[in-house]
Amino acid sequence: MTASTNLLRAERIKLFSTRAPWWCLAIALVAPLGFTALFFALAGPEIPPTVGNTQLASGNGRTVLLVLAVLATASEFNWGTMRLTFQAVPSRVPALLAKTVVVGAVGAVLGLVVGFGSWALASLVQPDADLALHTGADWRSVLGQSLVFLFTAVAGVGVALLLRSVAFALTIVLVWTQVLEGVVLFIPGFGKHVYQWMPFHAADQFVGAGGFTGGALQLPAPALGPWGYLGYFAAISVALLAAGVLVTSRRDA
Amino acid sequence: MIEASALTKRYGATTAVNELTFTARSGRVTGFLGPNGAGKSTTMRLILGLDRPDAGAVLVDGVPYRELDDPLRTVGAMLDATWRHPGRNGRDHLRWLAATNGIPDKRVDEVLALVGLTSVGKTRVLQYSLGMQQRLGIAAAMLGDPRVLLFDEPVNGLDPEGMAWIRQLLHALAAEGRTVFVSSHLLPEMAQTAQDLVVIGRGRLIYQGTMEEFIAQTSEHGVRVRTPHADRLRAALTGQAEFTESGGAFVVSGMDSDRIGQLAFDAGATLHELSPITGSLEQAYLDLTHEAVEFATPEAVQ
Repeated sequence: MTASTNLLRAERIKLFSTRAPWWCLAIALVAPLGFTALFFALAGPEIPPTVGNTQLASGNGRTVLLVLAVLATASEFNWGTMRLTFQAVPSRVPALLAKTVVVGAVGAVLGLVVGFGSWALASLVQPDADLALHTGADWRSVLGQSLVFLFTAVAGVGVALLLRSVAFALTIVLVWTQVLEGVVLFIPGFGKHVYQWMPFHAADQFVGAGGFTGGALQLPAPALGPWGYLGYFAAISVALLAAGVLVTSRRDA
Repeated sequence: MIEASALTKRYGATTAVNELTFTARSGRVTGFLGPNGAGKSTTMRLILGLDRPDAGAVLVDGVPYRELDDPLRTVGAMLDATWRHPGRNGRDHLRWLAATNGIPDKRVDEVLALVGLTSVGKTRVLQYSLGMQQRLGIAAAMLGDPRVLLFDEPVNGLDPEGMAWIRQLLHALAAEGRTVFVSSHLLPEMAQTAQDLVVIGRGRLIYQGTMEEFIAQTSEHGVRVRTPHADRLRAALTGQAEFTESGGAFVVSGMDSDRIGQLAFDAGATLHELSPITGSLEQAYLDLTHEAVEFATPEAVQ
């Protein structure tokens, strides 16, 4: 128990003793909150003021969190501190899991603040709209971001462990989130059905933030229920992490 | 104590470390010497469990490194002073490393003081000079007050003052009974620092022993003798010792200068010069490692 406390403390010091994570956190907070405020202040009837739609801009924060997780992990390979870590923790796996817990916890808290903050800001901007949290689905939209962000951070750590290079891993996660998931939609015929299974689309489905694109693009009916989609998203994240940890623990450092 | 037995590591077709067996004793500074690319750094990584050997084993105080609990408390190592995040300050760099092994922040401040970096502890490492980075690396190695210390090329890039500081530190650590294992590709620096030597070339052991034995074994290249009575000396030496003549001087091997002097006196040969030839230590080392390289690739040479 003390050993794991020590490792969590070490990873916490690592994460917060450089500037990049602080910048990432600031952007991951300001970007979704700012866009949400703009949407609700300026958008017309194409974005109806619902609780689910208060989470439309959360994807921006999620992407920046992904960048944070990749930087916190892959930069350790670039700077050689991963070797120092393995020198101090030769069994390796506990140190890698401690990093995942710390980055994941930061993600969970960030998700909570972004989810709740976006909803609160939208309510302020449009006081006349009924944005009260009536149903379980409403609560899922607002609080569920915490789980989505948690598993996003886990996925980021996993991808960074697999690729071991800041430039490579950042390129992959940015191209994936900003380009590939959307481009799939333009494949004629089965594109829309593949899109149903894209991981971040699944995350949006869980928090009910998919309505915007879903309506405009006439997607087929959701393949899974909200919790099914969360399970699917979590399974992909954990699989990436497991693969990354396994490979890193066996490879020569 | 560090004990390597038949340690072997291959990277693809290259054998970086080849059946390497050696011992580094406690209470001694052991110099780990070899040309660049001889396998020194690979051996260090094998000792620390960063790489897995293909064959053989290496024990630190009788235990494989990967089985040590809180290994920083047993083994301190600086393999590369550039293993740090440039945007993190020196104190935080030591704090996270200390935390992994449950070492308190109080010790971080102690080792910062030990290496003279207290005043720049809160400065980001990217502003450190090379010498300051080396000191930070040494501070990191000292965190757990370990019985065994490993340093890979610790004097690289240091000014003479820094070199002298490290030499004194290594001696002091060994005098406290610790095992100090320090690599270098520069023999003159090692000659002043190391008490024992492990010399490798092409991943193989070339020499293991004390520095004194190494010097005695390699530095006597013969005795130079000049005399106006060359005929008398030649007659006296024939059958007694090996010798060559060039430029009016004899070079005698296999006989020390005391005996040669007596021989010349008995033969009635006046001596104008009688001087042992002390080959430079560096040359002896180069000869030794050069041979090893040739033995390793007989096909390429012939």
